[in-house]
Amino acid sequence: MGRKLLLEHADVPGIETFDVYRKHGGYRSVEKALKTMSPEDVVEEVKKANLKGRGGAGFPTGLKWSFLAKPEGVPRYLLCNADESEPGTFKDRYLMEHIPHLLIEGMIVSSYALGSNLSFIYIRGEYLWILEILEKAIAEAYAKGFLGKNILGSGFDLDLRVAPGGGAYICGEETALIESLEGKRGNPRIKPPFPAVKGLWGCPTVVNNVESLATVVPIINDGAEEYTKLGTEASNGTKLISACGNVTRGGVYEIELGLSVEEFIYGDEWCRGIANNKKIKALVPGGSSVPILPAHLITKTAAGENRLMSYESLADGGFASGSMLGSGGFIVFDEDQCIVRNTWNFARFYAHESCGQCSPCREGTGWMEKVLHRLEIGKGNMRDIELLADINKKIEGNTICPLGDAAAWPVAAAIRHFREEFEWHVTHPEDAVKGNYGLLKGVTV
Amino acid sequence: MVKVTIDGIDVEVEAGTTVLNAARKIGGDVVPPAMCYYSKLEGSGGKCRTCLVEVAAGSANDPRPMPKLVASCSTPVQDGMVIKNKTSEKVHVNRGAVTEFLLINHPLDCPICDQAGECHLQDLGYEHGASGTRYEEERRRFDPIDIGNKIKLHMNRCILCYRCVMVANQLTDKRVHGVLGRGDHAEISTYIHNAIENDFSGNMIDVCPVGALTDKTFRFKSRVWFLKPMEATCECTKCSGKAVVWMFGDEIYRVTARKDKYGEVEDNDGKPAWICNDCRFEKKDPAKWNILGPRKINRHSVISANHYELADPNNNSKKVK
Repeated sequence: MGRKLLLEHADVPGIETFDVYRKHGGYRSVEKALKTMSPEDVVEEVKKANLKGRGGAGFPTGLKWSFLAKPEGVPRYLLCNADESEPGTFKDRYLMEHIPHLLIEGMIVSSYALGSNLSFIYIRGEYLWILEILEKAIAEAYAKGFLGKNILGSGFDLDLRVAPGGGAYICGEETALIESLEGKRGNPRIKPPFPAVKGLWGCPTVVNNVESLATVVPIINDGAEEYTKLGTEASNGTKLISACGNVTRGGVYEIELGLSVEEFIYGDEWCRGIANNKKIKALVPGGSSVPILPAHLITKTAAGENRLMSYESLADGGFASGSMLGSGGFIVFDEDQCIVRNTWNFARFYAHESCGQCSPCREGTGWMEKVLHRLEIGKGNMRDIELLADINKKIEGNTICPLGDAAAWPVAAAIRHFREEFEWHVTHPEDAVKGNYGLLKGVTV
Repeated sequence: MVKVTIDGIDVEVEAGTTVLNAARKIGGDVVPPAMCYYSKLEGSGGKCRTCLVEVAAGSANDPRPMPKLVASCSTPVQDGMVIKNKTSEKVHVNRGAVTEFLLINHPLDCPICDQAGECHLQDLGYEHGASGTRYEEERRRFDPIDIGNKIKLHMNRCILCYRCVMVANQLTDKRVHGVLGRGDHAEISTYIHNAIENDFSGNMIDVCPVGALTDKTFRFKSRVWFLKPMEATCECTKCSGKAVVWMFGDEIYRVTARKDKYGEVEDNDGKPAWICNDCRFEKKDPAKWNILGPRKINRHSVISANHYELADPNNNSKKVK
C-alpha cells in the first residue's frame, strides 16, 4: 500500500474539527515554517519537491511561485482555485469536505511563502455546503491564533476568506477566476500580463489548485527530500484520483504516482475492476478534456511499456497514442458504452461553458456540439467526421484560454481512436436512433 | 525604440507597442485585419482572433519561434522580433477559419443591412471567406431590439467584439448594457430592455464593426454608397462638432464621426473626436452644418464608387461613370 500524505487521517471521526486535526499532527507545518524558515526557504523547498500543479496543467508550483513579482508597497495575493468543475473530477471536493483544515494549513504556509496577507479560496457555486464547512474551519483557525494578526507570534498576518463563484466552469481558468472574484463577468483575460505580475486588483497574484496547496503541508513537514522519494523520477509524490464510470468501486483515492494503471483499475485496494464483469473499452484518465484512450493503449503504451499513473507515462506517445494525467478525473468506460454519445456529451458541456469571448471557441464549440448531436441521432454523414476533425484543429491553440483546447482534444481523440463508431452511426442511422452503439453492436475490443 | 520585422519589412517602434500597431506603422497589406481591437478604447482586442500572426523569432535575445499564433493586437513587440503575417500559411489558414466561425451564425442579410458597404465583416469575408458554407445547422436567432429610441440592435449580426460595451463604459457616465449569457448564446443586451439614454451612446454605432448596432434615424433610408460623405463642422457645446455628414443631393441622410482607414474615430487635438447624440441624430438640416467638402475615402471602398475622380495609373484623371 502506498503512503498517504493528504488523506492519511481522512477517515478519523471529527477530523473536520480543529482539535482532532491538531491531535493528528495538524498545523505542524505552520509552526515549522513560521518559526524556523524564511519565506524564501519555503519557496525553495516546494521547488525542490518538484510539485507539479494538481489542477490539470501540471505546471511546477514552485516555479510559478518564483515568477511572482514583488514590487515595494504593493500587496500580493494567493488565491486557491476550488472551482473544480471538470466533468469526472471531484477530488478537491472530497479533500475540502473531509479535512478542510489541511487546505487552510497549506494556505497559511503558502501565503507566508508568497507574502500574501489576504488570501482567498474561490469555491464553485455548487459547493455551497462545503463553503459552510470551510468557513467553520476558518473560524476555528482564527480562534486558535493560526489566522489573523501576528500568527504564532511570528509577526505574520493573514486573513483568509472564502468566495463562492456562480457555477461557471470557465471561472476555473485563473484569470477568469480573478475577474469573477473582482465582481465582474468571468471572462478570461488576455495574457500577457500574467497574474504573477498583474492579477487580482492589478496586484501580483498566484492561483493554485486545492490539492497543490494541501500538498505543501507534507512537503514542509517532511522536507522536499523525503517527499521526492515518493513517486517516479519526473512525477513526485502522491496524487488524488477521482475514479468514476464503470468501475466496481469508484471514489477518491490517493495514489503514489507511478502506480500502474492496470493495478489501479483492477487492484483490490483500488477500483476492483470493471463493474458487472464487463470488459474495459476506453479510459479518460484526467478529466473530460484530456484525450480518450482505447483499450489497447490503457495498460500498455504504444511502445509496449507498462502504462503508469504518472505525468510522463500517461502522456507517452503524445496525443497520437497517449493522454494526460490532467486533474485526475479517471473515467472508465465499459464495452456497452457509446463513444459518440459520450463525446457529444462532453462537447455539449464545453459549448455550454464557453464564455463566448473569442470567436473560435464561441462558435466552434457550439458547432461541434450540433454536428456530434446529429451524428449521435443518426442524421450525420461521412463528411461530418472530417468536418469535426477540421473544426477542432482550427479551435486548438487559437483561443484566449485553454477552454478551446479542452473542448477540441476529446473530440479529436475520439475520432482518432474510435472512427469506426462514428462511421457506424452514419451507416446505421436507424440503429443509431434506437439506442446505444455499445449495446447494439456488442462491440468487443 | 525597438526594431521588428514584419513580413520582411523592418520597422522601428517604441517599446511596448503592439505587433498590430507596428504593422500599422508600416501600413499597406502587412496590417492584419482587426475586428475587435479599437485603439481608442482601453482594453479592447484579443477577442476576435482575426489578427493572429505567426512569430518566427521571439526576440533578439531569444530567437525561438512561438509555438502558437499570437494575437497581434495584444502582444507587445520585442527587439528583434520577426513576425509573419501575409507570408505565413498558418496565419492564412487561421484567418479563413476565424472568418468561417464568425459567419456560421451570421444571418448574411447584407442586402437589407445598413452596414453593407462599410462592414468589416464583409471585407473579411471577401478576403478570407469561402464561397460556400459547411454549416448545416440552424443559425442562432435573436429578435432585434430597440436600445433607446435612436439605436436598433440586431444581435444576429453581432460578432461580440465588446467595443460598444467599452464605449458605454469609457465614454458615458452609466453603462446599462452588456453581455448576457455565455458561449454561442451570449448576447449584447440591456437588463430588461432598459433604454440607453445619454449624450454619447450613439458612438456605439460607429464602433460596431458589423451591422448589429444601427442608427434608427437612418435605417433603410439609403445604401451608403449612394451617399456623399462630406466633412462638416458645427457649433456644439457637447462635442468637437467635427463630423462627416452623408448627403444625397442637398439632404443630410446621416451623421457619423470621422473615421480613419481602420474604421476608428479620428483624433481631434490628440483626443478621439467622438460626436454627441445631438449632432448625430438631431442635426439633419444642412443649414446647421458648415460643410467643408468631400471626405477622402480609400478608393477601394465601395463608398467611393460613383463619386470621386480616381487617379489611374496613366495619370489621366477620369470620372468613373
